[in-house]
Amino acid sequence: MKITRAEVEHVAKLARLDLSDPELDTLTVQMDSILTYVEKLNALDTDGIVPTSHAVPMENAFRPDERKDSIGVEAALANAPQRAESFFRVPKVIE
Amino acid sequence: MEIFDLTIHELHEKLQAKELSSVEATRAMLARIEAVDDKVNAYITVTPEQALAEAEAADKRIAAGDIATLTGIPVGLKDIFITKGIRTTCGSKILSNFIPPYDGTAVARLKERGAVIVGKLNQDEFAMGSSNESSYFGPVKNPWNLECTPGGSSGGSAAAIAARTATATLGTDTGGSIRQPASHCSCVGLKPTYGRVSRYGVIAYASSLDQVGPLTRDVTDAAIMLGAVAGYDQMDSTSVNTPVPDYVAGLGAGVKGLKIGLPSQYFIEGLDPDVKRAMDEAIALYKSLGAEIREVSLPHTEYAVATYYIIATAEASSNLARYDGVRFGHRTEDARGLAQMYAKSRAEGFGSEVKRRIMLGTYALSSGYYDAYYLKAQKVRTLIQQDFLNAFQEVDVLLTPIAPTPPFKIGEKLADPLQMYLSDIFTIPVNLAGTCGLSIPAGFSAAGLPIGLQLIGKPFDEQTILSTAYSFERETQWHQKTAPL
Repeated sequence: MKITRAEVEHVAKLARLDLSDPELDTLTVQMDSILTYVEKLNALDTDGIVPTSHAVPMENAFRPDERKDSIGVEAALANAPQRAESFFRVPKVIE
Repeated sequence: MEIFDLTIHELHEKLQAKELSSVEATRAMLARIEAVDDKVNAYITVTPEQALAEAEAADKRIAAGDIATLTGIPVGLKDIFITKGIRTTCGSKILSNFIPPYDGTAVARLKERGAVIVGKLNQDEFAMGSSNESSYFGPVKNPWNLECTPGGSSGGSAAAIAARTATATLGTDTGGSIRQPASHCSCVGLKPTYGRVSRYGVIAYASSLDQVGPLTRDVTDAAIMLGAVAGYDQMDSTSVNTPVPDYVAGLGAGVKGLKIGLPSQYFIEGLDPDVKRAMDEAIALYKSLGAEIREVSLPHTEYAVATYYIIATAEASSNLARYDGVRFGHRTEDARGLAQMYAKSRAEGFGSEVKRRIMLGTYALSSGYYDAYYLKAQKVRTLIQQDFLNAFQEVDVLLTPIAPTPPFKIGEKLADPLQMYLSDIFTIPVNLAGTCGLSIPAGFSAAGLPIGLQLIGKPFDEQTILSTAYSFERETQWHQKTAPL
């Protein structure tokens, strides 16, 4: 086994996903099969190989720091599930 | 020939000659959608009022002599593209009520040229899938055989071309999501080099791999669409500031003396015999046109799928952290406290494929596993990219199949995600290398299902794969066949 059900539960917590028991069961089997498959990368010696995080070699992209209009409070809040005045409303953070 | 059958360049000529108005063309397209989309399910949202208003504006421009090639042309957009005032779902329940406050750059560039947006196209949820079965809005059916998938994730964008419900469409390609559905629906699909088209306003899946590109009836249309959306954009710091050539003007370059490479790792046993036959015929045709065919090696090909499913899922787990039920998107009605609200909103809003990829990516990035999975995959990515750079020392373009088989049946691969992932083996390496590739119609299986041919080019050399594809298209009739709807 590459991954146990307890580990899958832990990853679900990290990913902020409230998964059901059947979902956790299925994912344990599927993730195990996929992780077993990706093990094949270990057959390659990659010592000294520089990792690629970006396909095109690129330095930092700078632009002038100029003031621009933003979309405004109403447009920013238009899709809010809940709002209060000019704020996003959320459940209580500290119990 | 009906209006909805015309290519961009054919429709453009009629609009320019005032044989037809954009309003007439748009009405014809909307009527076609109304007539056949129930069967195909290519559209998530159709926008008739906006489309007709845009068509009227286009007709005014044309009357004033201000016509670009795309002015008045009805186009569809994968629902991954942010559109101001038009619901944008990305195929997900979590965004099923999301109405964006702005247009992304590719969409803005189409609109500036006067293109008419007829609607938003179905896709795999968050572009995660190879069959369009993960959409919250139901699977897209392949117009060539309604029991088959159109491929994915830009399945709606490809099916709309085959079903004649858009003149051209935009899709995105992270591991093959333009080229594979283009192949399965017998249209032209182009994935440009990473950085060629701005990703601003494109809902992110895997940011180091995602790229925007067109799906069209023919190669000329692909060149027109790429020319319209390509180019540097200050709003995407990964877009590259190199000049955009006149792709249409360069189409006639021909293939005499062109060196075409056949990567031996792509012509393996297990390749479907119909696909193999279509490749052999294409190779013979290119030879007869004066191209030089050489075998080349991309030795790390077999590691591409594993590398992709680590890198893409890791980036996805990070990108999709923004869907938390706070600022936009679905929020659970059943939560005590903030942490539970996040976890329940996400669990209710995401489908199973998205959850699976978030879980894999979170695992690959988690403490203790980062080096073993993510860093390892990034190193193998370097080797895969190096394979392509080496091959392009010897040849100008690579010719390969797009998919190992013709389109598969809906439901056929759902039970085994790994088998589904492996069907992307010939398209994924191009994304990892960051270079460009396209799919062009190259025949049909014995069962009448489309088969696509892939041409892979050097970074930022979209021009050569387009002209190489154009040479093929001029000698074949595959792109003129229409789906039996």
